[in-house]
Amino acid sequence: MQIIQILWERRVFFVTCLLEHIRISLTAVVCAGVLGILLGVFISGHKKLAGAVLGVVNVIYTIPSISLLGFLIPFTGIGNKTAIIALTVYGLLPIVRNTYTGLTNVDAGILEVAEGLGSDGRQMMFRIRFPLALPVIISGFRNMVVMIIAMGGIASFIGAGGLGAAIYRGITTYNMTLTAAGSVLIALLALLSDWLLARAQKMVNRRYGIEQGD
Amino acid sequence: MSRAIEIRNVSAAYGSNEVLRRVSLDVERGEFLVIIGPSGCGKTTLLKLINGLVLPAAGEVLVEGERLSACSLTDLRRRIGYAVQGAKLFPHMTVQDNICYVPCLDKKLSKEERRAMAERMLAMVDLPKELAGRFPRQLSGGQKQRVGIARAMAASPDILLMDEPFGAVDEITRRTLQGELSDLQEKTGITIVFITHDIEEAFKLGSRILIMKDGMIWQEGCREELLEKPRDAFVKQLLCGT
Repeated sequence: MQIIQILWERRVFFVTCLLEHIRISLTAVVCAGVLGILLGVFISGHKKLAGAVLGVVNVIYTIPSISLLGFLIPFTGIGNKTAIIALTVYGLLPIVRNTYTGLTNVDAGILEVAEGLGSDGRQMMFRIRFPLALPVIISGFRNMVVMIIAMGGIASFIGAGGLGAAIYRGITTYNMTLTAAGSVLIALLALLSDWLLARAQKMVNRRYGIEQGD
Repeated sequence: MSRAIEIRNVSAAYGSNEVLRRVSLDVERGEFLVIIGPSGCGKTTLLKLINGLVLPAAGEVLVEGERLSACSLTDLRRRIGYAVQGAKLFPHMTVQDNICYVPCLDKKLSKEERRAMAERMLAMVDLPKELAGRFPRQLSGGQKQRVGIARAMAASPDILLMDEPFGAVDEITRRTLQGELSDLQEKTGITIVFITHDIEEAFKLGSRILIMKDGMIWQEGCREELLEKPRDAFVKQLLCGT
């Protein structure tokens, strides 16, 4: 009850935070998505580099998020820019890994027939491999989106906006209701995004004739 | 006019493992050549030489007078049909998109053109046109195999390569498919190179039969020649049971 009350009383503040949170997350999602898919496609064609790239992305993922933000401050200062960079770098792992796994696990027999029927390199990628890998890529994308939205809450510790500001202010002023309200909004935003992406995934599956649960 | 396929003194290897040893083979236009032999004898490798999926370590392959080493492999492959065991249809495409795959590689076809092509090809392999909108996983094994043949034939190739295409279907369906393939070949005059490990299938389909062993062509001839003069005990054993 208290949470709902505080959300209503400070609605202007929360809406501003929410919009800022969406803006930061969305920018990071687009950056990580584009970069991650390109990187995944690239290493699927250069297997020798795959181990190294996945290793680096993995190591970055193991750095505690708060210290990654700290590391970035000397280079990019404080504020939204640093937050977006950190979130993008973090988001890379699930999308790079799933793109790579999806593209490399396509049935070799199907690839050979596609080649034998006269597909060139681009047609192999865009008509066969990428669409067949798409369900795996989308589930990596879903992981990434939820993770970025959730982690966006920490960004306010380096002066970025977003719902983390509500949490941070709640902690520093011993206002637990404020912290809880910010957390609930982040959770709701993450759940809603995941639900929307799940629907998109279903549409893709239907388009490509994949039965639910396959 | 040049021969459909000429293979001259070709050797092929996977790493240090030599799978074909100085094989030479001519295939005339309109011929139905069946290759038979135990697994590991190099028959699939021989077939893949023809569409360049395997490149020779030595020797030369010519298709319709063109050297494979000197022509565009993708262009050549679009003129050669290719059907394999289990059909290997593209699971994310409808039957219609599978059938129209090769023609759509180098030109854009309108929706009507694609529908017309799918209907024509489905009729050719004796399937109802209602299947055009289905996905491969909704088809039976025999239907998949028929669609696989339709996909291989859609661009009206002059040569059709088939690697045990009926290996994964039941006995009754296989007999029907064999009959249909014979009719199809008579109607279109297409050159077919067909791999099997079933001697009855070989006799039923082939106008010429090629027996392979250890990466070499062991004996070739029509049914009567093989039955009358088998080269050795290996060929005899292969032929027994008929």
